[in-house]
Amino acid sequence: MNEFIEQRVSLTWQQPKKSYDVVIIGGGGHGLAAAYYLATRHGITNVAVLERSYIGGGNSGRNTTIIRSNYGIPEAVRFYQRSVDLYATLEAETDRWVMHKEKGMIGLAHSEANMRVEKARAAVNTAFGAKTDWIGPDEVKKMCPELDMTGGGHYPVVGAAYHHSGATARHDRVVWAFAEGAMKRGAHVHQRIEVTGLQIAGNRVTGVQTTQGDIAAGAVLCAVGGHVTSVAAMAGLRLPIRTHQLQAFVTNHYERTFAPILSSGPLLFYVSQTARGEMLMGAEIDRQPSYSYRSDYKFLQGCAFRAVTLLPFLRNLQVLRQWTGVCDMSPDYSPIMGQTGVEGFYITTGWGTWGFKAIPASGEQLAAAISTGKTPDLIAPFSLDRFALDRTMADRGSAGTH
Amino acid sequence: MNLPCPNCGVRPITEFLYGELTSVPDAITDADARDVDRAFMRNNPQGPQTERWFHVYGCRRWITLQRDTRTDEVL
Ligand SMILES: Cc1cc2nc3c(=O)[nH]c(=O)nc-3n(C[C@H](O)[C@H](O)[C@H](O)COP(=O)(O)OP(=O)(O)OC[C@H]3O[C@@H](n4cnc5c(N)ncnc54)[C@H](O)[C@@H]3O)c2cc1C
Ligand SMILES: [Zn+2]
Repeated sequence: MNEFIEQRVSLTWQQPKKSYDVVIIGGGGHGLAAAYYLATRHGITNVAVLERSYIGGGNSGRNTTIIRSNYGIPEAVRFYQRSVDLYATLEAETDRWVMHKEKGMIGLAHSEANMRVEKARAAVNTAFGAKTDWIGPDEVKKMCPELDMTGGGHYPVVGAAYHHSGATARHDRVVWAFAEGAMKRGAHVHQRIEVTGLQIAGNRVTGVQTTQGDIAAGAVLCAVGGHVTSVAAMAGLRLPIRTHQLQAFVTNHYERTFAPILSSGPLLFYVSQTARGEMLMGAEIDRQPSYSYRSDYKFLQGCAFRAVTLLPFLRNLQVLRQWTGVCDMSPDYSPIMGQTGVEGFYITTGWGTWGFKAIPASGEQLAAAISTGKTPDLIAPFSLDRFALDRTMADRGSAGTH
Repeated sequence: MNLPCPNCGVRPITEFLYGELTSVPDAITDADARDVDRAFMRNNPQGPQTERWFHVYGCRRWITLQRDTRTDEVL
């Protein structure tokens, strides 16, 4: 982390202690938010977040920052709406400007079949608190005049689901706001400490082994993004997770305001404008599992082609940066949160390509689970044992690519 | 990224479809638990992995290769 940031956000680094009530593995958004909510909602501050690199260096600092709750199953809509609501008040609560901005999100439909799916999803969204309206082509064009309504001749716009609370926030500022909020109240955040093993007595976790020695813990939360399989294995657990690369890229500045978030399910493409005016876009994961952070031309070409299919003006912009994250993909495209069968060992994973929006609610709910020992209703459907119980939460169509 | 096909030579990855190989650990003995593991759980290794690829835009045959998932290098 550079000095510039440390001047603006007051992060006070401490020496690691030998023992904590709660040890959180992984200093991404999810781990830090859990520490923040443990401190602010439950008064639990004897907590350490162990990050092997620097905070926000994983997917939490690599994502395209889309926040939304227009998922396809009631349990997911409720959960993500909670997160959307927590994001909306995060600046007031933390007194930090995370550049949160409600923009609305246009989910394009390109065919009759598409339209039926989007309308059905809009109905589920609205019923469970995530206001989404069906809008016709004229209204779409009004909201997004740059859009080629013929979709390059192949993807005509027949209408869209308009999700009112679609938003974005600056990803690293979110990470720092949670880190600062937790540290201010006494929690420790340690960078450059890697967890290399777990201490288990009977069926209970008692601590972690790290590159800087053993640390005892009353409870351990695993929040390590794409690297979850190896950490879970330290507790003898097998997970339904595959790690896949997801790439994104950003262009130079577009001189006009591009107001909404625009997304096309069938094209597996989405775009929004950053506060600096850059156009930020992404597409789907690579097919084969990989932990490599290398970006490739194949992705750039495929994503750029879809971009200009819908928004011809993008042809005139230049690609500034392209990057990659490694995502913890679950088979049903829903997250996995809560207890694991090993006492005191909690997990938050399955965040795949969609977990930035979930940071506040996941942190809040896991903090409640850890402090009370009981799984809150909001996350109970997303337990790890749902696979063995044949209660998967299939929502691929809405998890999409962001 | 390219993959070596024994029939067609080194070809771009876009010509291939990924085919997963899964395995259930011997330590899991309960029949139901083995079914759950086979259906959902994944080894997801960081390092060398044996995998299948279908050369769909080539010889249309399955090939088996080893790839290091940390670097995407074919071994
Ligand atoms: C290109 C891209 C675009 C995306 N776009 C969106 C989007 O628009 N909207 C959305 O909601 N989501 C999006 N996502 C997904 C989102 O970024 C992630 O789901 C989310 O950031 C996950 O946060 P996390 O805290 O679980 O993991 P991470 O942020 O990856 O943090 C995990 C941390 O654990 C550390 N760690 C790993 N192993 C160890 C160990 N053994 N010991 C100590 N520390 C360890 C890592 O160094 C890392 O810092 C996107 C992802 C990518 C890659
Ligand atoms: Zn071939």
